[in-house]
Amino acid sequence: MSNTTIVPFGPQHPVLPEPIHLDLELDDERVVRALPSIGYVHRGLELLAERYDFVEMANVAERICGICSFIHGQGYCQGIEQLMGVEIPPRAAYLRTVWAEISRIQSHVLWLGLAADALGYESLFQHSWRIREMMVDIIEETTGGRVIFGVCKVGGIRKDVDDETLRDVRRRIGEIRAAFDEIATIFRDDPTVRQRTVGVGLLSAADAHALGAVGPVLRASGVVHDTRRLGYAAYGELDWEPIVEQDGDCYARCLVRVREVDQSFDLITQCLDRMPAGEVEISVKGKRPKGEAMFRLEQPRGEVCYYISADGKKNLDRFRVRTPTFANIAPLIHMLKGCELADVPVIVLTIDPCVSCNER
Amino acid sequence: MSWSVGPISALVTRSALAKPATRLYPVERRTPYARTRGHIEFRIDDCNFCTICAHKCPTLAIQVHKQDKTWAIDHSRCILCGICVEDCREGCITLSPLPCPPMRAKEVLSFRQEHEAPTVKVAAPAIER
Ligand code: SF4
Ligand code: SF4
Repeated sequence: MSNTTIVPFGPQHPVLPEPIHLDLELDDERVVRALPSIGYVHRGLELLAERYDFVEMANVAERICGICSFIHGQGYCQGIEQLMGVEIPPRAAYLRTVWAEISRIQSHVLWLGLAADALGYESLFQHSWRIREMMVDIIEETTGGRVIFGVCKVGGIRKDVDDETLRDVRRRIGEIRAAFDEIATIFRDDPTVRQRTVGVGLLSAADAHALGAVGPVLRASGVVHDTRRLGYAAYGELDWEPIVEQDGDCYARCLVRVREVDQSFDLITQCLDRMPAGEVEISVKGKRPKGEAMFRLEQPRGEVCYYISADGKKNLDRFRVRTPTFANIAPLIHMLKGCELADVPVIVLTIDPCVSCNER
Repeated sequence: MSWSVGPISALVTRSALAKPATRLYPVERRTPYARTRGHIEFRIDDCNFCTICAHKCPTLAIQVHKQDKTWAIDHSRCILCGICVEDCREGCITLSPLPCPPMRAKEVLSFRQEHEAPTVKVAAPAIER
């Protein structure tokens, strides 16, 4: 008979912001095996695509997730546009890129705060969220919403942002960047952070690749892969390189996100510098999506895949989303093997789980 | 390991001396941005009860009765998508940047052409789509 104990972890747990359940098989304090179970917050959003008008559905798609809300809306619209063979105006593509990067920053900074909280570093958590708040203010100024942007529509953007607001955004991005640099140093150098994360939750490049890790988890293991390289929206015209770290531990995953925030500031500045003038939407009146499309986008948490199938009716036949968290659960289970029980919350957090969008 | 104050000490010192980053809500409020989606406002004068807004509203928050000449909105259902604002040809629906005041119950704000002030009644269960 084995001498292991099973400890249930989640879906309600003080350190876990997301409802994921893990059965941890422990030998003393060491995890021998972890069994995940998901499905606590299923909402049936994919089914709505079969009932709603495809134009209205953009609003629902945005509500798949509260943090990557914009990118889900963008992904949905991009898929429908691809099916209809519509090319959106360049200004719309640039604005979409700016908003996508703004959401990446707020998502990563939010995560950094939660990670600090999981390490027991309350003050750093508060400072991270203070900076995120400044970012959310920019979202409110440019779109009108704080969580749900509501600006993406099939065929472009619903409402243009005037140049004066964009100048103001630019100025504020500079301020936020300076404020972020201060906390970035702490995440990089603070002994408390390092002690809890260096060498914890290792994932080798080969394992990351074999288990299908995506996003910062994959890049922190030294694999160069970023879906933005496909060049959708305006990414093809900007100068940037994917951020990669080699160590594959929690610290590397943290560093990747810290560096990605910096990169996103840079991408936003580039977009604002090159912002083309002109229309922000083209009319798709009378057009209906027809056919099948499968495409990928890079969310803050990694690669998201969409599948859309339509046959020229006003609602879609099938809409399917494979979110990055789902892809990162298998690598997570692998990382948990052999770790200490006290490190489990930190490791679970470093995949940046977003269970609500995972289950839709 | 020796206790290290680390790089956060400078930040902590500075923020202890600076004024707080938070506000004393609700006494002190930030002015909303021009674009902020606060709540839906309605002026009945120009409305011709065409029911377009009610049909377009994705959450069925608006109910319009042509015969009775009434227009009603359930603010607790409204998701502030702005579709009704864009689609009303008479321009009688606007998005105000101020947030909706808190409600004590789920109320429906209902306007009727002859009456001046809107009436309020507790919301009926939503209609299924
Ligand atoms: S669309 Fe405008 S005019 Fe028509 S019912 Fe609604 S508010 Fe009245
Ligand atoms: S803003 Fe959207 S949800 Fe609210 S009443 Fe108008 S159409 Fe309905």
